[in-house]
Amino acid sequence: MGAVGVAVSVADAAVPARDLSVHVQKRLAGTGKVETSLQLDVRFTIPAGFTILFGASGAGKTTVLDCIAGLHQPDAGRIAVGDAALYDSEKGIDLTARSRAIGYLFQTLALFPHMTVRQNIEYGLSALERGERDGRAGEIAESFGISGLFDRRPSEISGGERQRVALARALVTRPRALLLDEPLTALDAVTKTRILDDLRRWNDRHAVPILYVTHQREEVHALGNRVLVLEAGKLIADGTPHEVLSRPQFESVAHLAGFENIVECSVVASHAEQGTMTCRIAGTSVSLEVPLSRVDTTRPVRVGIRAGDILVATLLPQGLSARNVIAGSIVSLRQHDVTVIAEVDCGSNFIVHLTPGARDSLGLGPGKRLWLVVKTYSCHILQ
Amino acid sequence: MILEALVLTLRLAVLVSVILMAIGLPLGYWLASSRWRGKFVIEAIVSLPIVLPPTVLGFYVLVAIGPLSPLGRWYHSVTGSSLAFTFRGLVLGSVLYSLPFAVQPIAAAFASVDRKLLDVSATLGASRWRTFWKIVFPLGFPGVLTGFVLSFAHTLGEFGVVLMIGGNIPGATQTVSILIYDQVQSLNYSIANRTALVLLLLCFALLTLLYGLRRRSKWVLWGWQ
Repeated sequence: MGAVGVAVSVADAAVPARDLSVHVQKRLAGTGKVETSLQLDVRFTIPAGFTILFGASGAGKTTVLDCIAGLHQPDAGRIAVGDAALYDSEKGIDLTARSRAIGYLFQTLALFPHMTVRQNIEYGLSALERGERDGRAGEIAESFGISGLFDRRPSEISGGERQRVALARALVTRPRALLLDEPLTALDAVTKTRILDDLRRWNDRHAVPILYVTHQREEVHALGNRVLVLEAGKLIADGTPHEVLSRPQFESVAHLAGFENIVECSVVASHAEQGTMTCRIAGTSVSLEVPLSRVDTTRPVRVGIRAGDILVATLLPQGLSARNVIAGSIVSLRQHDVTVIAEVDCGSNFIVHLTPGARDSLGLGPGKRLWLVVKTYSCHILQ
Repeated sequence: MILEALVLTLRLAVLVSVILMAIGLPLGYWLASSRWRGKFVIEAIVSLPIVLPPTVLGFYVLVAIGPLSPLGRWYHSVTGSSLAFTFRGLVLGSVLYSLPFAVQPIAAAFASVDRKLLDVSATLGASRWRTFWKIVFPLGFPGVLTGFVLSFAHTLGEFGVVLMIGGNIPGATQTVSILIYDQVQSLNYSIANRTALVLLLLCFALLTLLYGLRRRSKWVLWGWQ
């Protein structure tokens, strides 16, 4: 029992602003159902502030967090905050989860259902004296706006309030780093923004590295100065959200970055002087002019096109700079909020986003013949 | 005579239930949380008394505590007495016989506690000990209560094991169920009848108390449900 307070006292002693460096290698056995086995191998260092860890489900995001928190053991690697190693396979260091002082917010939050909000928040402070414990809990509750909920149970408060309580519970122990596993996915935008503002304000004072896992691209744009992209256990991109998502080179990023259309093409010709290549969409006679790219032109390439980057014309357009004008006909139209989603058959099916106004003024409907117009630079070569 | 058997039976049942809690809590927690491959063997052993005839279990316990077995000889060398046909021997046999009735509800209740709660407890700096008492035990408490009462009631009503290893010694090993059997054998139906009625009423009262308590305690302690 005497060791209960280790995490807290270590956190107290720690200089707040220290980088979290992670190098994790781990072989994940397939669960049999969805994924086959996966070799996780990532290496990154993050400073104080938000860093996004982005990737599809099954890419290994949660396993990375679990390894950092000490809930899973890597096969090899090194995890450290500043100079203090939490795990080092070479030196045989492997601190238990409870002595790592890493805050971890699960997607499910995992609030203790049989405890009040106050008991939840004070759970990690058992080594402190009553007065200090109350002081700390009161302070953190104040900064997350949950002081009025102290005597309620988790089942008696709203979803947004639960997020705040879970955050407060993790942060009140003054962790050396904070891991967030898609904790805000279920919340509406306003609530989410407010919570993130409170978290930012907290971190302005405490300056710890915050690793935020998500697969929602809205969150990537809203949150991060920096985004790491994980695919099949490897980091495949690292940069600002704009850099990573606007020029996606990898298919997983492309899907996540909003490429509704991904077509497989063979390169027919390269035009170095024009800065373009001609590609033919596999199984069709449709050609696309795409930006010149240093890819292996003997192998099929994948081209990503956002549905919102495609123009629609009901007459064959002329005098355009856009190089790709493709004839087709509408297969189906459906409306989602204020976006009309059209599926257009051009030999290969394309998804096109329109406004309801455009649909009405052009008189679009199933079977309607039209032309799709795509700029060369709206065609993104994916790897 | 009835009172003597009744007191002995209650003493046995209380003692056995308490011992089973001391065994069942850690064993149940281990069964619920261990990822050891060979766990199923332990689960099978724990469940054996459910399917074995009490006479089989009683016979093996009797052999094990008898003067010819290593355990029996060791016990004799330490205490100078034998376990067979004594109250202590009865306690030992009953603990084994009622083991699954304590362990299974406890293990099931502990296993149903969300693992994420245990993980979060660890990341908040809690030891396994603290996690157990603050999270696993209170959330699994209905199962613990069930395990306690089931092992109590099961011990109260056991017959075959007691007969095999305890014999029929008034004041030492004669429990209520043995007394009833004994009286019926001697054609004393009126005493058998009264004894049986006492046992019936006692069990009914206990179970009523348990279910009443469970309803109330859920309401008081587990308001989120």
